[in-house]
Parts: sequence; structure tokens; C-alpha cells
Amino acid sequence: MSEYNFAYLDEQTKRMIRRAILKGLAIPGYQVPFASREMPMPYGWGTGGVQVSAAALTPDDTLKVIDQGADDTTNAVSIRKFFERTAGVATTEETERASIIQTRHRIPEAALREDQILVYQVPIPEPLRFLEPRETETRKMHSLEEYGLMHVKLYEDISQHGQIATSYAYPVKVEGRYVMDPSPIPKFDNPKLEMAAIQLFGAGREQRIYAVPPYTKVVSLDFEDYPFEATKADHACDLCAAADSYLDEVIMDDAGGRMFVCSDTDYCRSRRAAGHVGRLGSEAPLSTGPEAA
Amino acid sequence: MYVAVKGGERAIDNAHAWLAEERRGDTSVAELSLAQIREQLKLAVNRVMAEGSLFDPDLAALAIKQSRGDLIEAIFLIRAYRTTLPRFGNSRPVETADMACDRRVSATFKDVPGGQVLGPTFDYTHRLLDFKLAAEGELPEAPTAPPRREPTPHVTSFLRDEDIIQTEPDSDATPRDITREPVAFPADRATRLQTLTRGDEGFILGMAYSTQRGYARNHAFVGELRIGTVAVEMEIPELGFAIEIGEIELTECETVNQFTGSKTEPPQFTRGYGLVFGQTERKAIAMALVDRALRWRELGEDNVGAAAQDEEFVLSHCDNIQATGFLEHIKLPHYVDFQSELELVRKLRREATAAQEAAE
Amino acid sequence: MHPLLQVNNIRKMYGHRIGCTDVSFDLFPGEVMGIVGESGSGKSTLLNCLAGHLETDGGEVIFDTRDRGPVDTLTMSEPERRMLGRTDWAFVHQHARDGLRMSVSAGGNIGERLMAVGGRHYGNIRASAIDWLDRVEIEENRVDDRPSAFSGGMQQRLQIARNLVTGPRLVFMDEPTGGLDVSVQARLLDLLRGLVREMGLSAIIVTHDLAVVRLLADRLMVMKSGHVVETGLTDQVLDDPQHAYTQLLVSSVLQV
Repeated sequence: MSEYNFAYLDEQTKRMIRRAILKGLAIPGYQVPFASREMPMPYGWGTGGVQVSAAALTPDDTLKVIDQGADDTTNAVSIRKFFERTAGVATTEETERASIIQTRHRIPEAALREDQILVYQVPIPEPLRFLEPRETETRKMHSLEEYGLMHVKLYEDISQHGQIATSYAYPVKVEGRYVMDPSPIPKFDNPKLEMAAIQLFGAGREQRIYAVPPYTKVVSLDFEDYPFEATKADHACDLCAAADSYLDEVIMDDAGGRMFVCSDTDYCRSRRAAGHVGRLGSEAPLSTGPEAA
Repeated sequence: MYVAVKGGERAIDNAHAWLAEERRGDTSVAELSLAQIREQLKLAVNRVMAEGSLFDPDLAALAIKQSRGDLIEAIFLIRAYRTTLPRFGNSRPVETADMACDRRVSATFKDVPGGQVLGPTFDYTHRLLDFKLAAEGELPEAPTAPPRREPTPHVTSFLRDEDIIQTEPDSDATPRDITREPVAFPADRATRLQTLTRGDEGFILGMAYSTQRGYARNHAFVGELRIGTVAVEMEIPELGFAIEIGEIELTECETVNQFTGSKTEPPQFTRGYGLVFGQTERKAIAMALVDRALRWRELGEDNVGAAAQDEEFVLSHCDNIQATGFLEHIKLPHYVDFQSELELVRKLRREATAAQEAAE
Repeated sequence: MHPLLQVNNIRKMYGHRIGCTDVSFDLFPGEVMGIVGESGSGKSTLLNCLAGHLETDGGEVIFDTRDRGPVDTLTMSEPERRMLGRTDWAFVHQHARDGLRMSVSAGGNIGERLMAVGGRHYGNIRASAIDWLDRVEIEENRVDDRPSAFSGGMQQRLQIARNLVTGPRLVFMDEPTGGLDVSVQARLLDLLRGLVREMGLSAIIVTHDLAVVRLLADRLMVMKSGHVVETGLTDQVLDDPQHAYTQLLVSSVLQV
């Protein structure tokens, strides 16, 4: 596709996005408005992440794209193909080998390194949005650090359910200042937000970019007597026996039989390659799509 | 045995192939040409250009063909293409008073300088299916008249001479460009108008209709509706003067609305404005009504809490490309989030049941 | 003793019309000031100017802050003023709906101010909420109910609890008994009087109801057309009004 610039966006636009990224890194957790471009994929399907990745990519990069932790979900495939076509960069499914990882809804299980960048696709960047729909109000709340309402929500959860009833997109406070939506990752992933890699968050439709620099303090909101808990299904992976990874629950038959497998497909694959065997053996399940059904 | 439903590249490729086949339909029926779409589905082309915010009838026709007639999908194609175009500069403001009008009507005066020109409108057609169109047939030629050469003054200019309508402040300031800068609230009028002009026709229509039914009524008269072509000029720095680079078709609507006034200021009519690519008069009129409703603050009116007065609400939700993308993204896999919800609900139920049993 | 609040020459115009003008007074710790007048007299405008809800066209509102001593709140930065608004200051609205979060439980409503100033222990926040419900005579078992399920009188008491939970040093009240039934008013007044005494609250109460100030206020300010026409100790003003307008006001009440 020679008619398009490297990584699709023109250099002017990439510079504008890079400025927003740098500002985001300088003010961790702060949502930087940016003039999001119309991308050739729909809003809500990763246009923010794609623009951030496009601005961050260099020809030497190796890109990995995951959705729900997996490299082979349709939208991950579609975005990976997009960059293969428009940037011609090397792609990989191995977390270890990637220099840029674009993700939707998960943080890889393997610890990331300083020379890696994790790019999140963000649907609603504003953690206060469902408490206060107005942008003018929420921006004021951030600038004045008025986060009492956020805790009121958690209080209501506990008084109603006996515990904090937020299981994903669990709000965090970054470097003691901004309350941030970590994108809809399961709260299991929240502790991993303190990492060595650069984390960039792109929300295309909402025109916001924000960032968490390496080794930044990221605290999940909670109460002293109801501390945050990173939870997952109480099982081990049925394929690789990992007890420390986030699991997908798969309904196997009409009788409601279940199996649990790592949501991070590369993590599972590498463990099986290293000889770990789960309850149902280490054979990878048949990778088939709707076309085989 | 367990079969994981994993989407693969092959699934995507196959889906695309099938889509292409569906797009073509029955191959025994002649294929549509872009020229046919451009000439015979012109209003669809206009809408795609307006909401795609790119004036190019051929590309719009291509987008309509590619999208199988789904206009929002076609608008999306145009927007995505538009993003990739380099920007050479800005044109000079177009002068709609110099428009070569195909249609020009005023609801406020029986006759006006420049005349009422009905033009090619559905307005007084009886909406009866014309079965003659089902068969191909020759068309009787429409009568013609020599075009008007001189500029057609705006109807509101006559009201302005009498100082009976509010004057809009003149400004040479370059307005913000919503495709280059993120929209921030409160938004100025130029930002609002830009957002409205490429907003979804149905959404803008609904908002405008709500004002007519009393949700922030502003009692609009169509002062003037004009459709025609205007020249687009651009300053060429190397030349030091502006040259005409082409012409575009526009629909412009100026409404004359209920008057305001106070003890210090005598009553004056107010106005709303709509300007849209192509012959798109429903959209232009609706835009003018919504523009007027959004101006409550500067005109010293009360915010009665109507949706059409709420700038953040209107501007944040009128873009059909944003809306459709976000709406449809819920088709994407969400099983990681769903899994965490599943576990939470199971846990809450376990605890509730245990508490219940303990109480019994 | 330093005044808690010094109000100097407050002025607010609505175009050419006077909202209020030339208003000055001192309020000492533990003192309750009543502002009375008929509707349109400027008393609510004044209260909203003092509380920082309305921009003034002149004057000073100097508050004796805990950390910096006397500071003009009108020239304070917005974060500072908002901080004051959720710590040392409280505002009780005439309509409880304006001062409550209707979709949040009673406990959450009371707890909000505690959480806004850093309260992070659920058990303690809840215990405070229940304690305050008790103090405003709402049963503990209503703690998880939303205010929409409460009667008007209960909503108003909840609003008071929500405001007083952080132990504010100054409370602004705008017609706190307005819109309530007479019997409900009496109970609320009784409750307020108890709280004011017990907590040693300083308060500014705007009302058109002289019975309210008779019961609560140490001092009175009578307003008419945006001006203060008479000030003095409550009993003195009510029993021996000097200004013709005050006389009219007092007599019209007595006739009722």
C-alpha cells in the first residue's frame, strides 16, 4: 500500500500524537486531549490504540497485537494485518520478542521490560464518566482533585453487596494525583500496572491520550478495611497448569462441562513448550474459526 | 471434544470474499456504474459528502457502491480516506451571496429581490409511486430560463438594514478546525456549526424537531433557503492573490427566530444558520434550528433543560461515525471482562445464599 | 475574641438592579446570625455571595481559616474555596434535593464529605453515618435507603447530617424549614437548636419566618430592597423594632 505513509498516518499527525504522548508521560494519569483522526476501522474498535501505535512505531519495531489476551482473536488479527500492510513492520505473537504490544482488555502475564511499550485501546477514558456525564464537570473534578464521589461509589458497592463490585476497568490513582481508568482490563491485572515498560493509553473516539511512565506508583482505589483484591477464577489452567494466570472459562459441551485456559495465549503456549501439563493435557485445542463450524 | 471458537485470518478473508459477492448481487443484473450512482442517486451522494465532510461526488459514489448503499458506512469510508489527504491550506470564505442559485425560497416575504426560485424540489410532488419509473423511458425536457448573473442578496440583509435582526460580529479570525483540534467545552459557535454540518442528518433532524415541539422552542421562520454553486477561491502565497480552484454545491438556510429584547435593548429577531454540502435542505434547515437552540446563553435566554440546548449532549452525540463505531463495538469479544463479572456475581450469590442460610 | 467571619461592604448587582449592597457585619464563633426579609429583599442573594456561590461586585468576606488566619474568601483560589466548602463550611439548601445526592444511600450521602477529605475506612465512615442518622433522629436501619424513599422532613434532616458530619465551623442555611409542614418544621427547629448549642456552631440563617430566628438566632439583620435596614439582638429587634419596615414585618407575623 505505497499510497499511504509509513504506519498510515502522515508525519504531521504523528508528531501531534507524539506531543500528546510526551505530555501524558510528563503528567502521569492525566488525560491529554488530542485531535484524533478518522481511522479506517470503526471508533470503538481500537482507533485510539492504533493511532498511538502508529505514532510510536519505527521500521525496526516488532509488533504484537492482542485482544482478550489472545493473538488470534479477529480484531487483533485485523489490527496486526493493518500494520503489516501500512508499516511493513515485523510482527510476533511472542511477548518476549515484541517491542510494542497493542492490547485490548489485558496485560500480558509475563513481566514486561524497559525496552517495551504497551499500548492500550481505551473505550471510555474518563473514570468519573458514569458518576458525572459532563466533560466540563469531570475535568474540573480532576483539576481540583475532587475524587470523593469515586469513593462514594465504592462505599455504595460495599453497603449493597458487602464488597467492591467492580471487576474490570477498576479505577486507580496514579502517582498520588490523577484517578485513571486503566481501560477495561480485569482487576486481576491492576497490580501489573506498576511495571518497567512504558504504558500508553489511546481513546480515539473520545480524543484522549494518557500514559503511565515506567515504575510509576499505581494504586487501586479501596478502603483500609476493604482492601483491593486481584481476583481470578479459582482454578489452574487446564492446558499448562499455570495457577497464576488469568483464565478464560470455556463451555465445552451441552451438559455444561467447563474448562479453564489461560487468556494469555502466548503465556500458555510458552509454558506448554517448557513441559508444563494441565488437567486436560498439553495439546493445544484445535484452532478453528467460524469457517470450520 | 472442545473446540475453541477462535477467529482466524482465514475467517476474516472468507468473510470479505463473501461480502464482495453479496455486494455484487445477482450477476445477471447489470453492475452499477459510479456515474449512475453519482447522477441518479445524487441526494445520497450529497449526504455522504456532507457527513463525510469531503466534497467529491465521484468518491462519494464509489463509497456508496462499496458500502452496498449503507450511507453511514459510505460516510465512514469517506472520512477514513479524508484523514489521509495532505492539507495544502484553507480556502477563502465562500461568498454565498454570489451563489448561482438553483433554488431559493423565503418563507418570510412573498417576494424578494432575486425572486423566489422553486428549483428541483420534492416539495409539491404528490408522493405517489410513479410506476413509469419502473420502466425505462424518455424524459420530457424541463423548461429552461436564462440564469441570473448578478449576486442574490440575502433576505436577512434587508432585515439587518432595518436593524431589526441581530448583527453577527464580523471576524477575520481563523476558526478552529474540529478535524485538527479536539473539541473542548464550552465550544464557540464556529466549532458548533462545524460539528453540526457533518452531524448525522437523522440526529440533527430529531433535535430540531424537538425544539419545534416545545423542548426549547425558538419559533423559526425560514428567512431563506438557497441551493446552488459557489466558487471556491484560495490565496496562493507565491502569487499574492486568490484564484478560483473550483466550485461546490451548497445548501444554506438562514432562519429568523423569535425576538429578544430588554429594557435597554429594543426587540430584535435572532437567527440560526445552516450550511451543508450539496442539495441537503432537510439537514440545512434542521441545523439552523439546532444552532439557534444552542445559542441560548449568548442571547440571554433560559436554559430550560431541553436536549437541543445542551451543547455537550448535542455535539458529543451527533457524529454517526463515532456513534456507530462505539455502538457496534459491543459485538467484539468481551469475554475477559465478562469472566470477571461472572466470578463476581457467583461470589456475591454464594455469600448471599450463605447469609440467608445462616439466618434461617 | 476574633470574629470568625468579617463581612465588609458586600455588593451584588443584577444589571442596574440592586441584589444587595453595603452589607457589613462580624460573626463571632458560636454565634448565630439571622437574616430576615420578604422575598426579593436580597437575603438569599447575600447568603449566596457569602458562601461563594455567586460572584460579588465588591466587598470582602474574611474567614478566620485554621491554617492561615483571616483570609478573604472572595479572592481565594477555587481549589482553596472548594476545600473550605467541604471542610469548615457547610450549606443547607432550602430544598433537600439540591443538597443531597438522590441516587446515593443515606449512608453514602453522609459519608461523602468524610471521603472527600480522605476518609478511607469503610467501617468508620459507616459508623459516623449511623451516629449522625441517630443525631438527626433517623433510624439506623434506613442507612442503606436512598433519600427518595424519605419524607420531606427526613430529607432535610439527612441534609443537615450530611453537612455537619465533618464538624464545620460555619453553616449557611437558606430557609431550612421552608416548604415543610408546620408540625415537621417545629421538630426540625428543635433539632437544629439542639445541634447548634451542642456543637457550638456558628451559623448564618436566611429566612422569612420570624419564628425560626426567634428560636435560633442570637442576632438579626433585617433586609429590604437589598439594604440592611436594622440590626440588633434578636429579642431586641423583634420586641422593640425601630425601623418602620421591621415594625410592619413583626406585626404582620403577629397577626397570623
